[in-house]
Amino acid sequence: MTFLSPDQIEQLLWGLRTTVFLFAASWVLSFTVALILVTVRAANIAPLRWAVDIFVAYHRNVPLLVHVLFWYFAVPEVLPEPIRFWLYDHGAEFSLAAIALGLGSSAYVSEDIRSGLRAIPHTQFEAATALGCGYIQSMRYIIVPQALRISLPPLIGRALLLFKNTSVAMAIGVAELTYQTREIENETFQTFTVFGIATVLYLMGTFLITAFGSWLNARVSVSNGRRA
Amino acid sequence: MSDTVPGSTPMVRFDAVDKWYGDNHVLKNINFEVAKGEVVVVCGPSGSGKSTLIRTVNRLEPIQKGKIYLDGQDIYAPSLDVNAFRQRIGFVFQQFNLFPHMSVLDNVTFAPLKIQKRPRGEAEAFARELLERVGLAAKADAFPGFLSGGQQQRVAIARALALNPPVMLFDEPTSALDPEMVGEVLQVMRSLAREGITMICVTHEMGFARDVCDRVVFMDEGQIVVDAAPDAFFENPDHPRVRRFLADILPRH
Repeated sequence: MTFLSPDQIEQLLWGLRTTVFLFAASWVLSFTVALILVTVRAANIAPLRWAVDIFVAYHRNVPLLVHVLFWYFAVPEVLPEPIRFWLYDHGAEFSLAAIALGLGSSAYVSEDIRSGLRAIPHTQFEAATALGCGYIQSMRYIIVPQALRISLPPLIGRALLLFKNTSVAMAIGVAELTYQTREIENETFQTFTVFGIATVLYLMGTFLITAFGSWLNARVSVSNGRRA
Repeated sequence: MSDTVPGSTPMVRFDAVDKWYGDNHVLKNINFEVAKGEVVVVCGPSGSGKSTLIRTVNRLEPIQKGKIYLDGQDIYAPSLDVNAFRQRIGFVFQQFNLFPHMSVLDNVTFAPLKIQKRPRGEAEAFARELLERVGLAAKADAFPGFLSGGQQQRVAIARALALNPPVMLFDEPTSALDPEMVGEVLQVMRSLAREGITMICVTHEMGFARDVCDRVVFMDEGQIVVDAAPDAFFENPDHPRVRRFLADILPRH
């Protein structure tokens, strides 16, 4: 077993950097879209509810790889030309992968938040209403913050999955960690070493997410009596 | 509705109000007024519609017929801003319904800060004053889950008072409490009544009704059966339903 050159180590670290950015971008998108889905669905207007259900069903039933390929190869074809060219000039692989991963994850995240929402008694909504909150204010200040606390453990699981799933983006040429690992492996045939290093780097990422999740969970837990 | 003589407009007025849950006629032709500063106790057997009655006052429950006025204003007028209207009515729930993810202080400052956008310093100063009044200044930073039922209900009263409402509605505020905690909540309600705030209290606390309130309203099967001063209500209960109710409930006191 031999070691990698400094250049190759740098290449791996650039890959790790891209993986982290891709994870961050797709998580923010996924969470934002999930909150919108949940709020729209909770409004309980039939056509809107159906639209959300279809969105969720689509993303839960189509393989992630197909979804990523669809966004990269198919979606730009239906975009207006200026937008398409702008995308190709500005790292289309990265942004389209982030959109595909984020949307795919949002379907699951929204279901996690929704099960948290169902755990909040309707009387909380009444208490907010009686104080003069409108629907959006009740959701924003009273219902969603409590639902998020309940949903935190499954959401940490979703974040872990999303972090690992960023590796799918190599299929459309995003130079993230798995992509760089394959490149170096092709050049050096140091299969064991290079995949070993990649594995350790992924594990460090997931460990950090898990640790952050535990810290957050302890901090916001209602039952421990500390200021949230 | 006449608004001509200032001070004579009732704080709350029901005008021929009917409400149904499906086929179930829960409020039947309710006509009733509460004057400014008056303290009214609403009682009656369970299922008589008393909780429904006060929940219609701030539109937590819709009505199907009739009109309700708050200080002369039709509460179903299309021009009414329902959220602003609700801020003029403090509501205290049987189950307290504090926000468990917020500290006691944040529960009380929530509506002034987030709904009325008042400055934080002002909202917190007033909240601490209210917590002082309900005897819980020391618990400002505690979370509701760490308080007893009686303490939670007193915080809930402070929260409802934080918007300085001219009317307070109490929906069986002591029914969910252990007996030894009822007194502390009633004491807060008594002091409020003395301050001249208009109060409508659904309660079975007949001691409170006898000592504090100006009028007792007795409901049965969705109707107001008796609307009388407490002396008349307790000393000469001429309605047989009231006599049975008092006989059932008074031995416990």
